[in-house]
Amino acid sequence: MHLKYESQLREPLVYGDKNYHQVTEDIVRPIEAKPTKLWYVGFYIAVCLLLFGVYAIYRDVTYGIGQWNLNKTVGWGWDITNFVWWVGIGHAGTLISAILLLFRQGWRTGVNRAAEAMTIFAVMCAGQFPIWHMGRVWMAFFVFPYPNSRGPLWVNFNSPLLWDVFAIGTYFTVSLLFWYSGLLPDFATVRDRAFTKLRKRLYGIAAFGWTGSTKHWQRHESLSLVLAGLSTPLVLSVHTIVSFDFATSVIPGWHTTIFPPYFVAGAIFSGFAMVQSLMLMIRKIFSMEDYITVGHIEAMNKVIVLTGSIVGVAYLTELFMGWYSQNKYEGYTFWYSRANLFSPYGWSYWGMMACNVLSPQIFWFRKMRRNLFVTFFMSIIVNIGMWFERFVIIVTSLYRDYLPSSWSVYYSPTIWEVGFYAGTFGLFFTCFFLFAKYFPVIAIAEIKYVLKTTGEGYKDKMGHLEHVPVEVFTHSGHGHTTVENDAASHG
Amino acid sequence: MAKKKFVVGCFDDEEVLFPAVSKVRTAGYKIHDVYTPFAVHGLDHALGLRETSLHTAGFIYGVTGTTTALSCISWIFTKDWPLNIGGKPHFALPAWIPITFELTVLFAAVGMVLTFCYISQLAPFVKKHHFHARSTDDLFVMVIECTDKTNAEDLQAFLASNGAVETDIQIAEEGWWLGRYDKDEMRFENKQIVAA
Repeated sequence: MHLKYESQLREPLVYGDKNYHQVTEDIVRPIEAKPTKLWYVGFYIAVCLLLFGVYAIYRDVTYGIGQWNLNKTVGWGWDITNFVWWVGIGHAGTLISAILLLFRQGWRTGVNRAAEAMTIFAVMCAGQFPIWHMGRVWMAFFVFPYPNSRGPLWVNFNSPLLWDVFAIGTYFTVSLLFWYSGLLPDFATVRDRAFTKLRKRLYGIAAFGWTGSTKHWQRHESLSLVLAGLSTPLVLSVHTIVSFDFATSVIPGWHTTIFPPYFVAGAIFSGFAMVQSLMLMIRKIFSMEDYITVGHIEAMNKVIVLTGSIVGVAYLTELFMGWYSQNKYEGYTFWYSRANLFSPYGWSYWGMMACNVLSPQIFWFRKMRRNLFVTFFMSIIVNIGMWFERFVIIVTSLYRDYLPSSWSVYYSPTIWEVGFYAGTFGLFFTCFFLFAKYFPVIAIAEIKYVLKTTGEGYKDKMGHLEHVPVEVFTHSGHGHTTVENDAASHG
Repeated sequence: MAKKKFVVGCFDDEEVLFPAVSKVRTAGYKIHDVYTPFAVHGLDHALGLRETSLHTAGFIYGVTGTTTALSCISWIFTKDWPLNIGGKPHFALPAWIPITFELTVLFAAVGMVLTFCYISQLAPFVKKHHFHARSTDDLFVMVIECTDKTNAEDLQAFLASNGAVETDIQIAEEGWWLGRYDKDEMRFENKQIVAA
């Protein structure tokens, strides 16, 4: 029925001979079934990590961030490294849900819901770091511009750190709205087939009384499209602004115009790696192999090799500029503090190079892109590499400043810095496990929408359309006539 | 909010639904709504619904965000408290672009979602009459409003002849009320209900 006809050359996005009801069954079943043992184990570990993180934060507030190993020159360490890392991870979700929607990439439907959830949880984790880094966290509200009794003394609107407040705040809000508006119809699906009173009631509240009215769908489509249009520049702006935190300063190694595109590419790179890790787990645990296909995994691996290579070019450009600028401070940072393997932090630079630039190159081979073990392994490697990248940028630029007398201290984190980071993993996975259990992890309505064009069972029946002249499609009006009938009469 | 009488026809395939919609409309019946499990493209046109203006509202909210940001920041930094930041101009437009952009997006997104929920009457605890529980699963449910002259049985037969897999007659409330989905219809204003 849909006017969109997809070539036989493309792989099906939904395997198996499914009908609409089967799609509902497959996706809602994990919500209605008791969680597996694996789920309990994972959830338990996540909650333990979260509790440890809460304790680390409790200590931060009680004793101050002096319990971290930040020192005179390394004022940003693990905290801001982790902040940038988590924000970056969030970017893939928006890329999948918004940019791929605008590009009409059908394969996004299988992964967008979980990827958007990942975005929201990752941004929640990211937000923790600047908040608790403030030290006197009870004054966190000072970052908001509101008329106050201190003058009023306003925030500095010219500061990238304030831009960050607006960027991250907007990003979180818009991602949440986008995600939840997409969830409404699916919650209604869960509600209408619920057989326990509690479930019916809770999903009834969550679905906002969604009925599936045509007018509502029409508005919903318009809303999704505009939100996608808004999120696209938004997601690019967020990491651009994060990179401004560094680029607008005058620290060698930070003061670089290449930062915005380089950060955005890196964000998408690490985000897709995290999406891969999560998707492979969801696919396995909830038997979603028909919906998250090897084709999906391969498509994401292509994005990983592309963005990884962009990041690689950025690294090399920086090195080149470190020499070409003939600025001795730049040269020292890039060629001694970073690229020299035997400098104190040389290991982190070469760790980054190995994980981010060299290893993803194996995805030029189709066999590797479609190998699930390789993909899972690489997704972890890439995320380690991207963590190194942020660590390299922050620490190697700071640990040797202009005053050699403050060079002596080697920065390494305390258990509380590590614990805080572990705690955000706990937060992330606690949220993600709850999401995976109680939310439809795949957008049911969107899968149904693409089912008849890209489902395996339907695609096979459309082979005859391959030889039909294009005019049949272009002149068949507004989509109310059946293409297949027209096509049959022409062929 | 009065109760009304509706004839309900369920279709299990959108390819059958489209011709049925045009036949029902040609025959002069008033289609109250068609409830579908996913967005069926072109159905809004087939039903003769006008395009939504939601995106226009979004544009207006966005412009509001832009003006809010620019006017607030410029008032604060040039009039209310002209802070000297490294001797740079008080009116530092380029440095305000990021926040202006973010507020544009924020206002547009939040405004649009709230408007969407408001005009579609979607909110937590809202309950509506559902003509068929499978309309969020795999059925396309066409609901036709009966008038005094409608012969409901004829209409049912007409729908069935056009491919409806299931038809029935329901007397239902068309609006919304506060209620829970695990209970029978708990009407917000019980007194005003009059059977049609």
